[in-house]
Amino acid sequence: MLGKLSWEAIPLHDPIIVVVGIGMVLGALALLAALTYFRKWGWLWNEWFTSVDHKKLGIMYFIVALVMLLRGFADAIMMRTQQMFAAGGSAGFLPPDHYDQIFTAHGVIMIFFVAMPMVIGLMNLVVPLQIGARDVAFPFLNNLSFWLFAVSAILINISLVVGEFATTGWLAYAPLSGIEYSPGVGVDYWIWALQISGVGTTLTGINFFVTILKMRTKGMTLFRMPIFTWTALCSNVLIIASFPILTATVAMLTLDRYLGMNFFTNDMGGNVMMYVNLIWAWGHPEVYILILPAFGVFSEVIATFARKRLFGYHTMVWATVAITLLSFIVWLHHFFTMGAGANVNAFFGIMTMIIAIPTGVKVFNWIFTIFRGRLEMTSPVLWTLGFIITFTLGGMTGVMLALPAANFVLHNSLFVIAHFHNVIIGGVVFGMFAGLTYWFPKAFGFTLCEKWGKRAFWLWLVGFYTAFMPLYVLSFYGAARRMQSYPNAEWQPWMIVAWVGAVLIACGIACTLIQFYVSIRDRKQRQDVTGDPWDARTLEWSTSSPAPFYNFAHLPVVGDIDSFWTQKQRSLEQKEEVRYSDIHMPKNTAAGPIISVFAMIFGFAMVWHIWWLAGLGAIGVFVAFMGRVFNDDIDYYVPAAEVERIERAHQQRVEAQA
Amino acid sequence: MATDSLHHDAHADEHEHHHDAAGTKVFGFWVYLMSDLVIFGSLFATYAVLLRGTAGGPTGADIFELPLILFGTFALLISSFTFGMGVLAMNANRVGQLKMWLGVTFVLGLMFLGMEVYEFHHLIHEGYGPDRSGFLSAFFTLVGTHGLHVTFGMIWILVMLIQLSTKGINEQTRPRILCLSLFWHFLDIVWICVFSFVYLMGVL
Repeated sequence: MLGKLSWEAIPLHDPIIVVVGIGMVLGALALLAALTYFRKWGWLWNEWFTSVDHKKLGIMYFIVALVMLLRGFADAIMMRTQQMFAAGGSAGFLPPDHYDQIFTAHGVIMIFFVAMPMVIGLMNLVVPLQIGARDVAFPFLNNLSFWLFAVSAILINISLVVGEFATTGWLAYAPLSGIEYSPGVGVDYWIWALQISGVGTTLTGINFFVTILKMRTKGMTLFRMPIFTWTALCSNVLIIASFPILTATVAMLTLDRYLGMNFFTNDMGGNVMMYVNLIWAWGHPEVYILILPAFGVFSEVIATFARKRLFGYHTMVWATVAITLLSFIVWLHHFFTMGAGANVNAFFGIMTMIIAIPTGVKVFNWIFTIFRGRLEMTSPVLWTLGFIITFTLGGMTGVMLALPAANFVLHNSLFVIAHFHNVIIGGVVFGMFAGLTYWFPKAFGFTLCEKWGKRAFWLWLVGFYTAFMPLYVLSFYGAARRMQSYPNAEWQPWMIVAWVGAVLIACGIACTLIQFYVSIRDRKQRQDVTGDPWDARTLEWSTSSPAPFYNFAHLPVVGDIDSFWTQKQRSLEQKEEVRYSDIHMPKNTAAGPIISVFAMIFGFAMVWHIWWLAGLGAIGVFVAFMGRVFNDDIDYYVPAAEVERIERAHQQRVEAQA
Repeated sequence: MATDSLHHDAHADEHEHHHDAAGTKVFGFWVYLMSDLVIFGSLFATYAVLLRGTAGGPTGADIFELPLILFGTFALLISSFTFGMGVLAMNANRVGQLKMWLGVTFVLGLMFLGMEVYEFHHLIHEGYGPDRSGFLSAFFTLVGTHGLHVTFGMIWILVMLIQLSTKGINEQTRPRILCLSLFWHFLDIVWICVFSFVYLMGVL
């Protein structure tokens, strides 16, 4: 009846999980109770959950991502603490099996459920506004994508208290992830969480690709698009071309585990290295899916706050395109030790090093934008400067790893860990914080507190170097990654330093939370009335903050790069003719959340082999989708009078402040 | 994104938005097909790698029955033609003819699927199921994924038959038929690759 599920599945023997589990359940209950007490269910459902407004979806992506950041970081600090103690034969406080689940969960959560939703959340919030569109190409699919992601995040958190998570590392290399060596449900949680959210990500990729190509406003040619939109475009191309590989690979692993097939088994004609090749054929483009939009954020931030047009716009675009293409022909550098031979390794090593060239072009572009600009040291700029230095260092250690000969020594050592945190924290995380601070007023109508933002930045920066430089050092002593304990007590001092770094980062995260609290408390004083708090250059700042749900009363006409900036310089007095017309908008829909909840039920049932429930979940997905297909009432017109009322009110606020 | 005719008249002078919603939909569907193609690409690559991983079991030459496969292949190829006729009927606004051609396409799809189910059942019955070897895993999964797509296409045909009966040909059903026709032709092209690379090269 319940497949493999029984009371045994709840790990009551592990006090850490029990405490965390009770905390999670109590937290969820408190949230539900609060929503009921304040009668917010209707509001939440009608205004948010069923919304097809890309700005609201962007905000929801960020909220889930920040919650998951706390979870992923809790894993991080537990690992650092374990490694601080577990020297010279000491066992530490985490048994090996639990430790393995933690490093797997940390990687999976940070990449799929923190970095990806932040990147996709920013794209949602910003891209339609930057291209002068009223929505994305497929608003319902956009809502569905979010919910598929959200229920997968829930599935991951369920694995904490019901059953276990994978102990395989974040990419679940076969044959370790096969049924023979991982008979538990951990890998199955990994499989279904990734499959369900992966479908959502693919849909997002298609959606934004079509949006950017088809829905740009009049005059916005491709080479007048803001750089963030360009990087989003390339990132979506990568999603469309690479996520299906992940889908296929995970599906094959699923068939191995569920139907006894032999894709990635040691014997019976399977090929384990095929798994590693396929997963990295997706995995390497994936890291560029994350970093390219971060590059875009830095480009917008630096041009805005240096009060200069971005240096080398065209080279920036071509560098982005070059990285997009190159990202598909470097995957083998993740496993030079496979033994593909010197020539193959040399090819992939050289291709990898070549990526440093377009990246270097970008770094020089940012520096030359600052040169003779009037750089204002706001917190987004601090994140950007911190990025330029940190990411350049991380890029250099990447080139070191790209040398096959050096890689044979560094493979699977802490050097790899230090390198990719160097580029992911220094690149993606700094980029997302810069973007969050920069576009926050556009989403909410008030700016974030600078004081706490700068504190967060300095703690993250110093914390990062304190936590990860010791790992570079340790790797030269031969320290491997994923160690639950180590015999060599001489490593311990460095581990303690790394732990201090993690604590500094924890303080940085706390500063961000305080920053939210303080800014929301003082939102009246921090209000952004004009819609253009930074005196910025691109279209999203030409509408009010927060932007009305239809984005633009009149679709803007673009004649240049940084069109909004030129417009501001030219026509300060010129009043536009004010005649409003009806606006065509999509209606909210419950189909996204309903389909996704059934998908989650399906995933959970598959994890536990509860076949009847899986069937029910699949039927639910189908019926809910048909409900959407047969629903004709999906759009409406906002009357001109309503648009006029909203625009007038905004006008009056601006005039009142002036 | 379709609007009913009344609204359409009221906003005839407005050229600011979604005036090409159908075109956007079809373009988006093209992009989806390209991403789907990557799934098939991954499965083809895996098949090529695992081709020799027979683990003492049968090779393609031992188990493929070309006459049967050829029958299914022709059923699928003809179904692409009949779907094309259906789209021509739609362009001429003949809903009855369109439904008829969709019905014929459905039957041909069913014949193809019947062939595949028979082949799979036969192989499993002989002891050559997908768990027998890496080669057979790759074979069943590649061909089965295509078959699963055909199944979805047939469900979609049924849905469109219902919608054409209740709504006729309008701004909402027209792009859906166009997308479905793209999907169907796409599956045909994938099948041509399967037939050439898996079956023909398998028995060579």
